[in-house]
Amino acid sequence: MATINPDNHGLRLILRYTVLTLIAVIFVFPLVFMVMSSLKPDQQLLADTSSLRAFLPVGDISLNNYVAAFDRAPVGLFVMNSVIVTGVTVVLSLLVCSLAAFSFVFLNWRGRGVILSVILATLIVPFETIAIPLLLIASKLPWIGAEGVTIGWLNSYRVQIVPFIADGLTIFLFVQYFKDLPGELIEAARVEGASWPQIYRRIVMPLAGPVIATAAILKFLVMYNQYLWPLMVVQQESYRPVMVGLQYFFQLNRAWGEIMAYLSLITVPVLAFYLFLQRAFIASIASTGVKG
Amino acid sequence: MATKLTQSNGAGWAFALPGFGLMVVFIILPFFFAFALSFTNQRLISPNPTAYVGAANYRQLLGVGTITLDPLRDDAGAVQRAADGSPAYPRLREFTRANPDYPQLDGMREWFSFGRGESRTFVLARDVVFMKAIVNTVIFVLVVAPLQGALALGLALLINQRLRGINLFRAIYFMPVVVSIVVVSLLWRFIYSADGGLLNNMLGGLSFGLFTPVDWLGTPSTALGSIIAMSIWQAVGFHMVIWLSGLQTISPTLYEAASIEGATKWQTFRYVTWPGLRNTAVLVLIVITMQAFALFAQIDVMTKGGPLDSTQTIVFQAVDRGYGKQDISGGSAISVILFCIVLTISLIQRYLTRERT
Repeated sequence: MATINPDNHGLRLILRYTVLTLIAVIFVFPLVFMVMSSLKPDQQLLADTSSLRAFLPVGDISLNNYVAAFDRAPVGLFVMNSVIVTGVTVVLSLLVCSLAAFSFVFLNWRGRGVILSVILATLIVPFETIAIPLLLIASKLPWIGAEGVTIGWLNSYRVQIVPFIADGLTIFLFVQYFKDLPGELIEAARVEGASWPQIYRRIVMPLAGPVIATAAILKFLVMYNQYLWPLMVVQQESYRPVMVGLQYFFQLNRAWGEIMAYLSLITVPVLAFYLFLQRAFIASIASTGVKG
Repeated sequence: MATKLTQSNGAGWAFALPGFGLMVVFIILPFFFAFALSFTNQRLISPNPTAYVGAANYRQLLGVGTITLDPLRDDAGAVQRAADGSPAYPRLREFTRANPDYPQLDGMREWFSFGRGESRTFVLARDVVFMKAIVNTVIFVLVVAPLQGALALGLALLINQRLRGINLFRAIYFMPVVVSIVVVSLLWRFIYSADGGLLNNMLGGLSFGLFTPVDWLGTPSTALGSIIAMSIWQAVGFHMVIWLSGLQTISPTLYEAASIEGATKWQTFRYVTWPGLRNTAVLVLIVITMQAFALFAQIDVMTKGGPLDSTQTIVFQAVDRGYGKQDISGGSAISVILFCIVLTISLIQRYLTRERT
């Protein structure tokens, strides 16, 4: 082994950081470009792409594109729709999936092994392969609401929420986590006469913080970024989520500044959220990796 | 914990039912519906009752045939040639339009052809666009799976060093993963744009103007490649994190042992790191493959399958039919074909990477 000479060591360190930084540039330049372009008038935006000015907040900087974007499309409505759909789905999903996982891990009932296997088997079915028949089902499902019984779920919040509440991955994550909780705790509670709902609410869920965070982050990313499904089932503006709302900016007049403003508007909050909770985000992706 | 204390059929079902019931209605039922509907003529809205049509949807999608033709000859027996000098062949239409001698070719169109000597073999398909969609999707998967897997491993090894500030780099590399693929696609559409596009201008600047601008998404030979590059850029961080969690399960004592034995970096990777990543490798490969087969949003936002069908994909076709043309049965048949391909490939990957005991 070569002896470590301090100069050589320093050089290697600089080299390492250079490589790391160059790669980092590849990952950030489109995002920086997006945000900077959103602040510039179209003319300047196009001219700046031929120099490094494309990545700098220079020239005629303003929020005009954002104002124009709100004029062109009901941007606020789209954002609100996405927030409602995402928020409600995440909360219901955590509840329903944790209840199911609780039952699979702590309760002993006939059929649980088979049903858990069926649920885990759905993990190999990509959503894209069931989207078309699901579209037919959604168009024929009944609903009891203020106007009595109606047929068809198209153009609603429920068609964007209900199909995504329960899924194999979320149940699997809770099952894995619950399995590692000490079983004596639950047995002791049973001996003392606690009911199952009490055990779920008072003992298991208060211990489930990490897995709740993981499942919530994964569900949040999936729901906020939904595209294929709402594209098919929501034609009316009043229920349209942000990703489908992009179409507005793509009609005849292709105003790139406004497009960049809209993209920044729907992306930057998520990025900020991610950078704030970076460890939790990365840990949640890593935990999907333990299923191999 | 199969003790008497936990024996409770009623409560067990009650807790599991909301989740399981929803999955039955919204995942399991549509999954079986896809198979059933693919043998019917179901439409999204139709005045006529649904009828069983057997394998007609599959024949329509997957029907292929070949015909080998000799060039046309004039009276003297010399080969007739077209204006550009290539041999002229009889029109395919004569064989594919109600020709009683070739009933199996009826309604087909030319997919591609290749010559052997003077004769030329034409490969025909009943649905040429769908055939192109299958080929494009398979190319996408064959390029993306190994390339993205390897790049992600490279990044994971890079990030797995003990360096001050390494978490910052990890956070940056992962950043595109949390950005919607729809946003990414639209952003890159501008980057790839033919005039005033960032990529052309950057390449032009780096080569001091020698680079001729390319219409990346508007040229059949570069469109799919451009989408591949962007897709890898967006998703590679995801798999980097999965590799990283695999790397961290490898015991440090193994590395110490390797270093005491005087192993080189490559030997350490080959005999310590790689064997420890076996399960992770299987997982990464299967996840990338499944995600790659589902290619849709990029196509819908960037090219709509064009130019000249060079970016048609299986899922784009399924949506185009099932939703765009309201042909639920045709879309379902495509979904079933997709599922069969994904399942087969997952099984093959599992078999090839199985534990040899």
